[in-house]
Parts: sequence; C-alpha cells; structure tokens
Amino acid sequence: MDNEKKKNIFSRRSFLKGLGIGTAAVAVPTIVGCAKDGEQVGEQEPPIGKMTYRISPSTGDKVSLLGYGMMRLPTKNDHIGERQNGEGEIDQDMVNKQVDYALEHGLNLFDTSPLYCEGLSEKALGTALSRHDRKQYFISTKMSNYHDYSRESSIAMFEKSLKELQTTYFDYYLWHNIGGDRAEEGLDAMGLFEERFVNNGMMDFLNQKKEEGVIRNLGFSYHGDVAVFDHALRLHDEGKVKFDFVLIELNYLDWKHAKEINDYNTNAEYLYGEVAKRGLMAFVMEPLLGGRLSNLPDKLVAQLKRRDPDHSVASWAFRYAGTRKNVLCVLSGMTYMEHLRDNLCTFSPLKPLTEAEMRFLDEDISKQIVGYNTIPCNDCKYCMPCPYGIDIPGIFVHYNKCLGAENVVGKTTDPNYEKARRAFLVGYDRSVPKLRQADHCIGCGRCVSSCPQSIRIPEELHRISAYVEALKQRKDASGEEI
Amino acid sequence: MLAAVFYVLITLLLLDFTGVTYKWLGWMAKMQFLPAVLALNVVVIVALMLLTLVFGRVYCSVICPLGVMQDLISWIHGKKKKNRFTYSAPKNVLRYSVFAVFVVGIALGFGAIVTLLSPYGTYGAIVSNLLQPFYLWGNNALAAIAEHYDSYAFYSKEVWIKSVPVFATAIALFAAISVLAWRGGRTYCNTICPVGTLLGFVARFSWLKVHFYADKCKNCGLCTKNCKASCIDFKSHTVDYSRCVTCGNCLEKCSFGALTYAHATPKAKAPDTAPAPTDTTRRAIIVGAAIVGAEAAMAKLKKVDGGLTVLEDRITPARHVTPSPPGSQSVKNLEQRCVGCQLCISKCPNGVLRPSSDPARFMQPEMNFDRGFCRPECTRCSWVCPAGAIQPITKAEKSSTQIGHAVWRRKYCVPLTDNVDCGNCARHCPVGAIQMVPSDPNDDTSIEIPVVNTEKCIGCGSCEYVCPARPHAAIYVEGHEVHKTV
Repeated sequence: MDNEKKKNIFSRRSFLKGLGIGTAAVAVPTIVGCAKDGEQVGEQEPPIGKMTYRISPSTGDKVSLLGYGMMRLPTKNDHIGERQNGEGEIDQDMVNKQVDYALEHGLNLFDTSPLYCEGLSEKALGTALSRHDRKQYFISTKMSNYHDYSRESSIAMFEKSLKELQTTYFDYYLWHNIGGDRAEEGLDAMGLFEERFVNNGMMDFLNQKKEEGVIRNLGFSYHGDVAVFDHALRLHDEGKVKFDFVLIELNYLDWKHAKEINDYNTNAEYLYGEVAKRGLMAFVMEPLLGGRLSNLPDKLVAQLKRRDPDHSVASWAFRYAGTRKNVLCVLSGMTYMEHLRDNLCTFSPLKPLTEAEMRFLDEDISKQIVGYNTIPCNDCKYCMPCPYGIDIPGIFVHYNKCLGAENVVGKTTDPNYEKARRAFLVGYDRSVPKLRQADHCIGCGRCVSSCPQSIRIPEELHRISAYVEALKQRKDASGEEI
Repeated sequence: MLAAVFYVLITLLLLDFTGVTYKWLGWMAKMQFLPAVLALNVVVIVALMLLTLVFGRVYCSVICPLGVMQDLISWIHGKKKKNRFTYSAPKNVLRYSVFAVFVVGIALGFGAIVTLLSPYGTYGAIVSNLLQPFYLWGNNALAAIAEHYDSYAFYSKEVWIKSVPVFATAIALFAAISVLAWRGGRTYCNTICPVGTLLGFVARFSWLKVHFYADKCKNCGLCTKNCKASCIDFKSHTVDYSRCVTCGNCLEKCSFGALTYAHATPKAKAPDTAPAPTDTTRRAIIVGAAIVGAEAAMAKLKKVDGGLTVLEDRITPARHVTPSPPGSQSVKNLEQRCVGCQLCISKCPNGVLRPSSDPARFMQPEMNFDRGFCRPECTRCSWVCPAGAIQPITKAEKSSTQIGHAVWRRKYCVPLTDNVDCGNCARHCPVGAIQMVPSDPNDDTSIEIPVVNTEKCIGCGSCEYVCPARPHAAIYVEGHEVHKTV
C-alpha cells in the first residue's frame, strides 16, 4: 500500500497528515483528547492538564516527564537550495509558538547548550521564555567547554548563558559531554576531562555557583569512554562534587545493544543502574536516536503498528524512555509542531510499557534494527561545520534512510537494482548539495573527536563515496562499500 | 502542420536534459543542413539538395526550427494585422556578403561566425538559454511534488547561467530575429541566413515552383500581401524563387486560382554543393585570465556545533588549452565543425560542458570542472552532436582517450597549506594516474602530496572537481590540442 512507502524522514509528519486526511472524509468535528485504545477519531490533539510529572528529590521540582531539547530548532530556510552556504536562520516566531504551546500543555523543562544551533539556541530559547513567568518553567543548560577549555573562556561561557537566557539562575546545569577525547591534541578522554573541569578549577567554580544558588541542580552528560562516567560518579561518592542528576543516552537500542551498534558505547542498562543505585535521577537524551527510532524500516513499522495502530512509531520509544522510575525527564528535540503534538500526547499522561512490551522492544525490535547495519549517527551536528564543507550528518541520514528502505543494493543483478539505484542517487542529490557530498571528504579527520558516537566519519564517508561511484557506473559494489 | 510537429519535437530535443529523447529524435538534429555540411554527412547533404531541387526551399519552412519560430512570431502579428506584407527587391549585396563572410569564417575555422550565423545554432542558443530555464523550473516543480510524495520519478536540476555573454547574445539574437519576423516575416532567412542564401541558389532550379496564370490574375495583390518572404511581385507576375520558402500561403489566398505549385521548364544542371571546410591551422587561444595569488581555503575555526562552511566559488584555472570533450578528436576539429547549437551542453549531465565566451569559439562547448567531471560512464555529448564536432565514442574508447593531463600547483595544495592529510585526488582518479608521495624526499613520514603520471592521466577532471582547495584548485586539467590514445 502506498502509505507503507511513505515512511521516510518525514514519516511522522506524513503519518499525522494521513490521519488528518482520513478524518476529514468522515467529518468528525469535535476535537478530543489523546485517543484511548480503539477510540481514535482523527488527528490527535494533546489534552491540557494531563501531563505526567516526576519530582526531583533534591529540590522538590515538579518536572514534566517530557522536556524540550533545543538542539534542533526550526529554521526559515529548510530547503536544499537555501542550504548551499550555511544553515537557515532560526525561525523565532515558530520557536515562540512551539514554546508557548508546550507550556500550555504542561511541559515545563527546556534544555539547551551554548553550542547548539551554531551557538544561537540559548538566545532563541531566552527570547521565547522571557515572555512567560520565570517560575512557570525550568531551564537546563551546560558547560560546553570542549572546544576551548581555558578558565576564562569557560567562565565567560557561563556568564553568557545567564545573559542569553535572560535569567539569574539555572534550574539544571550540566558538565556537558564528558567521555570524549581529543586525540589530535594528545588528550585521551580522561585527560580532556581533567583539562575541562579539574585543572582549570571549573569544578570548584560550579560548586561555588551551586552554593550561591545560581545553579539549583547539578549534573553531567556523558558519551564515549565509560571510565570517565565512572570517575565522575566516584567524585560524587567521595563528596568532591554533589550531583543531583545525570543525562544519559537511553532507548531500547542502547539498553542492551549499545555495543553492537557502536563498540565505543556503553549499555544504558549499566548507566541507568549506576545512577539509580545512588538515588540520583536520570535525564534521558536520544530517546529516538536522532529520529532513527521513529524512522524505522517498513517491516518494523508494520510490526509496531500491528500491536498499536493508533499511536506513532515514536511513541513506543518515548514510552520506553519514560517508564523507568528514576527518569526525571525525557528530552526530545522537537523541530516541528507535529513532533511536539505527538509527543505531548504520548506523555499526557504517559502510559508505562508493560513487561511484555518492554521485552518486545528490547528483544524483537532491537535485534532487527541491529541487523540493518545503519551508521549510528544521531544527527547531533557536533561534527559540524566540516572545514571542507561536507554535510556529514546529511550524508549519513540519507544513507541510513536508504538502508531502512532497502535501497542499498550492491549487486547489479539484484532484481531491485535499478529502482534502488535511482532512489539512492536522486535522493542523494536532493538531500545533499553536490559539493558537500562524500566524494569531497579529504579524510583530514578533524571531525572524529567531535562525534559523541565515535563514528569513524572519514572511513564511512569514503565507503559511501565508493558505493555511490559504483552505482553511478553501474558496477557491482565490493563488500566493503555497502 | 508537419512544420509544427518538426518544430515541437526538435525543441523538445534541445530542451531535454535526461538524454532519453536523443534516441528517438536525434535524427532531427542530424538532418539540419549546416551540421550535416560540417559533419561531411554526404547522405543528408545530397538528400536536402535533392529535396530542394524538387520542391524548392521546403527545408526552410518545415525542417529549420529557426524558420518555423519566425513563422510563429509573424503569425501572431498576422492575427492582429492582416495582409501586411509588401513585395521588396532582393537585398543581394547584403545577402552575398554575409554568405561570403560565412564561407571565409568556415574556411578559417572561425567559430564565432559559424555559431552566430548558423540558423540551427542560433535556435539552439535561444532554446537552451532562454527556454530551457522554464523547462527546468517546470521539471523542478514536479520534482518537488515527487519529493513530497517520496517518488523518484523526477529529479531536480539546477538552473544556472552557464555563460553571461552567451546568455546576453541569445537574448540579442532572439530580440533581433523576433523584430525582423514581426515586421517582415522571413527577412532574416532571405538577407542574413547563409543556409537560406545557399538553398536559394538551388531553389531557382527546383522542379516544382509557384507559377502565375497571368490570364486568371485579377491583380488583387493578396498573394503579395500574404507572402512572408516578400518575394511575389503581382504586378509583373513574377516570383523570386531564391527567396520563396514554398509555404503555400499565396496559393491559399488566391481566390481566382491564378497561382499554382507545379513543374515548369526543367533545368538540367545542378549547382555545386556547399563548400567543404578546408584545413587551416589556427593558433591556440590562450585564455587571458591571470593567476591571482590568494590564500587557500582556510579551515573555519570551530567554536560552535552545527552549520556549514561557506564554500568559495572556484576560479577557473588559466589553462593554456581548454580541453575538448572526448570524441572531438582535437580542439581544432571542435572549433571548425561546431555550429553552437548547445545540444551537447543541454545534455551534459555533469555540468561540465558550457558555452564558451571566448570570441573565437563563441557559444561552442568548453569544459569546466567546478560542478562535476567528465564521468567515465557518460558519452552523451558524442552521440548527440549533429555536426561531427564531437564524434561518437564508446565508454571503452573514452576511458583510454587522453584529452588533457592534470597539473599540480604546490602553493594551493591542502596538505601543505593546512597541514592535513588529503589525497582526495588520488582516491578519486578513475585511471590511477595519481599517487601520494612524501613531501620531503628525505623524510618518509612527512605529509604526502600528489604526483601525476601524465602518461596514464586522461584529463577527466575528477581530481580538479574533488580538490578541497578553494577558490583555486590545487590540481587542474590542462587540455591537449589533439587527443591521444593511452
């Protein structure tokens, strides 16, 4: 059926649209709350006053279980022609509208960083929030000093966050992205951590700020080398720093299969266990793996929809992330209003997964996803900008999309070859301008240390470039190229 | 009617960018007179001559797309103002001098004269510069719709002005010819067009012609007033057969049956065919762009996450010889035979071919590698060329045809300017002509730079296209005057 084919990067959008069109025909005028099973009558409208909240044990904050991640904000120039040089300008009107809508529906935590959206995210969020009562919402931002970890720059970053967010205090503040390394500067993950927080005195500085009340809850976010994660918690155990929460990557793929996707990653099962056993709360990031868990291969979409035709594919991943009790807040970067509405429905209120459903995701679905060999890129854009102009996440997103749609075919004798070839090549030019495609990657490797997923970016780009070349020449791709 | 079909199809051939129409419609370009002459396509030349000897200048009213375009413009005017033509004496001095200039131009291989005066070339320039953008925008709208529905039926093509002077010329030519056609019908065909002049010679002796029955004629003048070639003098009952394009308007208009299209007294002697191009060597044109010393692409200092580095536009290297596409055999062959119809340019899927702005090769295709390179699996331009300027070539032949060779420029090379590993040119060279070697001969661990084996290099431009150095590529293709087989 046609609808099956529509599952792509906008799958959730088209899905919702499809529902909308469906009901227009039946002409049901009343808007009702999130559908209960079997009662769905049209596009879901999130109800007001039904949001699920969790309580922060340290400050007693009543935090909405769904938090708004400000890493993927709406931009004005979303089209490829406009993206040739630099990304589009942030669409502040849309940001305001979505923030208002979120607050109205009970969402009250907003998470940003001084580096998100080319450094413009905090300002956009500050502008939107300044139109509301400061007591109505919680702000979370971070010490993102991983490019420049001098004490002066780090303190300037802290002060700038206060100014951009138009506030005098942060409800939640994090040591951002510990666990990465800086191999080109001779720093391993632990070395970089020491430089960023210990040697420059930032740990003490932030402790001080917490005492002053400028930081209400302190936490850290982690990717990469698990030794740094353990080390940070040891500092907490030893009383050198008092953490209230930890931001971890948690979803049904990372729970048990993190290593199979990316051997540099650590299972969320371990991370969550370490956090929970200390009585700390967890913030969840990448509940959708940058959209990969909403944009699933058709076969998997069918399996999920068979169990629950009324709800989106994404809702499974959010319910998974929110079910565990020590999760204080699940962060989702909602670029479009459609995403926001769908997610608000999922969390108003959150229907925890049953054990059987949990097992279904952990075992059946995850194992099948692992089998697709997608590149574990979550489109976070930390690798960007590439100094030579490559659109790294754009290329990976396209490649993964084609893998999911089974449009990556190595053998010219494959009966699906011509269709897959056209879909891959036409889609490639649509999503990435020619001069920003993988063939222009020179392999300088400057991106590698920025990737929280530790993807070997140049190798992957060269592999994709070789595959594209084979497709263009209608040659069989070698095993390494697919 | 037949003219309309011909016109629509040949326009479609010129507009198409996918290369599929060529298979069905390519013959329409090949039967154009001037390309056939330049291709030394004897069959077509003889056929067209015979056609003219039998029917008169039907070529001009049916086959030539520029002629039909003028009829179209004239017809629009005719809707508003009927019976607007008058007889005028032939402008023979102008006609023959243009023709003489044209013949000399061909003989000397002076491309601009050929491309500007060739009716088919002129039409090609008008279509590909002025009409194709609309065609592409239409296609891109469909592609956007297709994208929305996740269909790959249409793909988007970038619309860009490939050469500003050629674009301006196309506008000027279109404007001038339109004004002439609006006012006087086929004025261009009978005063400027060298093909019209040549076929005019032949048409004087054609077997079928328009004749007057003086006894039936009431001297109403309707024939003259509707003759878009202004070649009927009703007062003297004469028709200038060198200008008549046998459109038949006069026959339709005459209500007294005083005109007939029939055989008169046959003439036995056939005139000479078109002059064959003679071989004369021409000096290579040295492209006058000066090398501007500039900084190589500076790596953007990373302070925030996200965003795309601005890519500077390429500055075309100062090539001594601009390479000519595989199949053209030599720069000279291309220059002498090309009529500038733009067919190869509109068919090039890699954005390599574009019209030259060089006066000597005006509107003829030239290669540039800032948007793509001459890909190994593509031989489209060689198959579409109607004039033999680019001759058919297979993929295997292409892969061993050396159209130029890569030249390395130390001062722009990224490993040396940015101190990063690169090797992108070597990685993408389809014939393995580039290797990476240590930059310091005494230090095996020093950063590597590319070296070109010019014996293996075929000049496809892959290295120039993927070179990260901007605006100046650190490796570029220098063309060869005459192609070689590796």
